[in-house]
Amino acid sequence: MEAAAEPGNLAGVRHIILVLSGKGGVGKSTISTELALALRHAGKKVGILDVDLCGPSIPRMLGAQGRAVHQCDRGWAPVFLDREQSISLMSVGFLLEKPDEAVVWRGPKKNALIKQFVSDVAWGELDYLVVDTPPGTSDEHMATIEALRPYQPLGALVVTTPQAVSVGDVRRELTFCRKTGLRVMGIVENMSGFTCPHCAECTSVFSRGGGEELAQLAGVPFLGSVPLDPALMRTLEEGHHFIQEFPGSPAFAALTSIAQKILDATPACLP
Amino acid sequence: MEEVPHDCPGADSAQAGRGASCQGCPNQRLCASGAGATPDPAIGEIKEKMKTVKHKILVLSGKGGVGKSTFSAHLAHGLAEDENTQIALLDIDICGPSIPKIMGLEGEQVHQSGSGWSPVYVEDNLGVMSVGFLLSSPDDAVIWRGPKKNGMIKQFLRDVDWGEVDYLIVDTPPGTSDEHLSVVQYLAAAHIDGAVIITTPQEVSLQDVRKEINFCRKVKLPIIGVVENMSGFICPKCKKESQIFPPTTGGAELMCQDLEVPLLGRVPLDPLIGIQEFCNLHQSKEENLISS
Repeated sequence: MEAAAEPGNLAGVRHIILVLSGKGGVGKSTISTELALALRHAGKKVGILDVDLCGPSIPRMLGAQGRAVHQCDRGWAPVFLDREQSISLMSVGFLLEKPDEAVVWRGPKKNALIKQFVSDVAWGELDYLVVDTPPGTSDEHMATIEALRPYQPLGALVVTTPQAVSVGDVRRELTFCRKTGLRVMGIVENMSGFTCPHCAECTSVFSRGGGEELAQLAGVPFLGSVPLDPALMRTLEEGHHFIQEFPGSPAFAALTSIAQKILDATPACLP
Repeated sequence: MEEVPHDCPGADSAQAGRGASCQGCPNQRLCASGAGATPDPAIGEIKEKMKTVKHKILVLSGKGGVGKSTFSAHLAHGLAEDENTQIALLDIDICGPSIPKIMGLEGEQVHQSGSGWSPVYVEDNLGVMSVGFLLSSPDDAVIWRGPKKNGMIKQFLRDVDWGEVDYLIVDTPPGTSDEHLSVVQYLAAAHIDGAVIITTPQEVSLQDVRKEINFCRKVKLPIIGVVENMSGFICPKCKKESQIFPPTTGGAELMCQDLEVPLLGRVPLDPLIGIQEFCNLHQSKEENLISS
C-alpha cells in the first residue's frame, strides 16, 4: 500500500464516495446516478465511475450508450454528459464492442481493469466522484478500495431495500466496510413504497422499515428512503431525458435531502 | 487458498508462471512447470459424485435482485411436493447467500459425517446447502477473492453427501464471473441439463440477461428458458394492475423471440408472495423440465 497519494488523475478529485450494497438489484446504479445529479443540482462538478464489469448499467441510464472513449495524454477521457461538462462518466460499458457482449472474467483480470479505471481516467477537477459497484464483497470491491485508499475516500453510501433478504446482505456489507476501514456515511432505503396510480393506495411492495432498523442496529446514520417511481424508471430505461425529468420525480426530493446530508458531512477543503 | 497476484495471467494460460506478474507468487513454480494446464482432478471426482443426481439445473440471471433465489426456492418447493421426488437446492452465492433466509433455515448448521457434509433438510425430500450455514453470525461477511470462492464451490459439489437426487437446483449470484465459470467447469463432465434464466421486464435487466444468454452459449450450457419475474403488480386495495417495472423494450417476450430462447412464463409481483400460485406455476415448469 502506498504511503502517500501519487499526484495523478485523481489529484483533482476532492471527494470520493462509494455506493455499495452487497445485495443485487436494490438500485445502486440508480441511486449513484441520482445522487450524482442531485450533487450537480447543488452546483457541484461530479464524476461517476461504474466498476460493475459484468453488468454496467449506467451508460444506458444516462443516454450515453455507444459513446466512444478517447485517449488523451493523461489517459482515458471520461464521457461528458452535458454541455457545461459538470457531469462525467466512465464505465466498462463504453469499452464493449457489442452491448450484449459478456465480460466473462475471473477475479484477477477484473482487478487489473479496476486498477486501470481508477488510475487512468483523466477526471480533471471534480468536487465529487461517485463510484458505483456491483453486488457482493469480492474482487471488484477489494480492488476498488485498495486502489482508492491512497486518496482517502469520504466513505460509503450503503443501499438497501426494506426486505429482510436485502438487509441480510447489507449487514455483511457493513462488516466489509468495517474490516476494510471504509467509513459508512449512511444507509439509503430504496424502493420504499409504491403509490398505486389508480387509487393512490401506497403499498409496501418490498416490505417496510428494514433500512431504518438496520441503521439503528448497526449504529450508522439513516440517510433517507427513496420511493418507487415507475415514471422515473421508464425514463431511466429509455435513457433519453433522465437528467431533465429527474427534478419532477418524487424520488428527487428524497435524493436532494440525501445529497444535502452528504454535503453537510463533507469536511471543508483548503483552497 | 493462497492469494494470487492481481495481474495473474491464469493458471492455464501460456504465460502461467512466466509473466512479470508471476514473480513472487507462491504458485509460480507450479504454474511454470505446466501443472496448471492439466485438468483439475476434482472434475472427475465431481462426475462420480454426481452419478446419483439425475437432473442438474442452474438458475442464472446476470442481473442482481430479479428473484433468482426466490425462484430457486419456490421451484425446489414445487418439485418437492411430490414426496417421491428427492430435491437438492445448492446456493453458490458465496458473498450474498439468500437461500437460508428464504427457506426459513437461518441459524442452521452443517454437520460432517464419514460420507461428507450433510445438507440441511427442510423437508424429508428437500435438502439445502449454502455458505450461509457455515457462518456463525448474520453479520459475518465472506470477503473472498475468486480463487477462494472457486474452492468453496468445488467443495460443495464434491464433498456434500446429497445421496440419491432427482433434481439438483443451483442458485447462482448475479454476474458472469468466477462462480459461474467454476460451476460450469466443475460440472463439465457430469452433464448439466440446462439453465433457467430469470429477468424482470425492464431493459436494465434484459441488458444483463442478454449477456448471460451469450455466456451460456459461449460455454455450451443449454438454456431451458427465461422466466420474467415481477411482471405486473396487482394493487391489494383496488385490484387493478400496474407496471412497476415497465417493459419499455418489449420485456422478456421480445428478447426471447429475438434470441430464440423459450419464455417459460411470467410471475407477478406480490407483496405476500402467493405460495399457491407459485406452486401451480412450478408444476408446469416440472413438466417442461422433464420433457426437455
